[in-house]
Amino acid sequence: MSIEWYVVLSSLLFAVGAMGILIRRSPVVILLCLELMLNAGNLALVAFSRMVGNQEGQVFALVVMVVAACEVVVGLGLIVAIFRRRLPLDVDELRELRG
Amino acid sequence: MEAVLFFAAALGALAGAIGVIALRNPFYSVLALIIHLFSLAVLFLLLSSAFVAAAQVVVYAGAVMVLYVFVVAYVGGGTESAWESIPGQRLLAPLLGIALLVELSIAVLGSSLVALGGDGPQVGAGFGDPAAIGYLLLEKFLVPFEASSILLLLAAVGAVVLASRQRGES
Repeated sequence: MSIEWYVVLSSLLFAVGAMGILIRRSPVVILLCLELMLNAGNLALVAFSRMVGNQEGQVFALVVMVVAACEVVVGLGLIVAIFRRRLPLDVDELRELRG
Repeated sequence: MEAVLFFAAALGALAGAIGVIALRNPFYSVLALIIHLFSLAVLFLLLSSAFVAAAQVVVYAGAVMVLYVFVVAYVGGGTESAWESIPGQRLLAPLLGIALLVELSIAVLGSSLVALGGDGPQVGAGFGDPAAIGYLLLEKFLVPFEASSILLLLAAVGAVVLASRQRGES
């Protein structure tokens, strides 16, 4: 398969993830959609590293995985904190910071 | 054979992604994301990056998804209300997503990268195996490696601080 297919698939997955962030209102699902977008970026990184024939892109993908894991941990901690305070788990209702 | 595997994995990844955004119960969304991640691991294997594929399965599908399942079970997988606070959100969001896809496709297909149309150069059996990646991580990318380990530590401490019971709380 030519590399083009992988890159087009990754842009398709990225668009699906972005659409999910725009549509959904549950913070858990929004975090899942963020994962989708990060993984689409990972796929593009690995595909380009194969295109160049160089493994450094794969190291980038691993670092992206680490950052994604950190983001998940902090995001889920926030969700648990929101739930503990008995606030609604809905990003449209948690709008105090927006003013 | 490679094309069959690619299209099977691509369909799995796409179906998983659409399942994540379309299923109303967050628990099913997490399960759809697991399908998506396994399909992506197959794609990584097709791109001859064995270590990234293994890390994908172990770290993502193993550890991160278990965390998600725990949190969804803890906060309860209530379904979202159909009420829209922004008028036309369900109509506008897919349109914006499609616009993003069109833009990205124009950028990818219209780029002057000639190598994008090919299979990539021939690589040996050691391309992307743990030894090569480990050598790169510990020799060339040692500072980013250490920085990401500090980031992980900070995230762990931050999660404990965020999720711990506060004093003023009843």
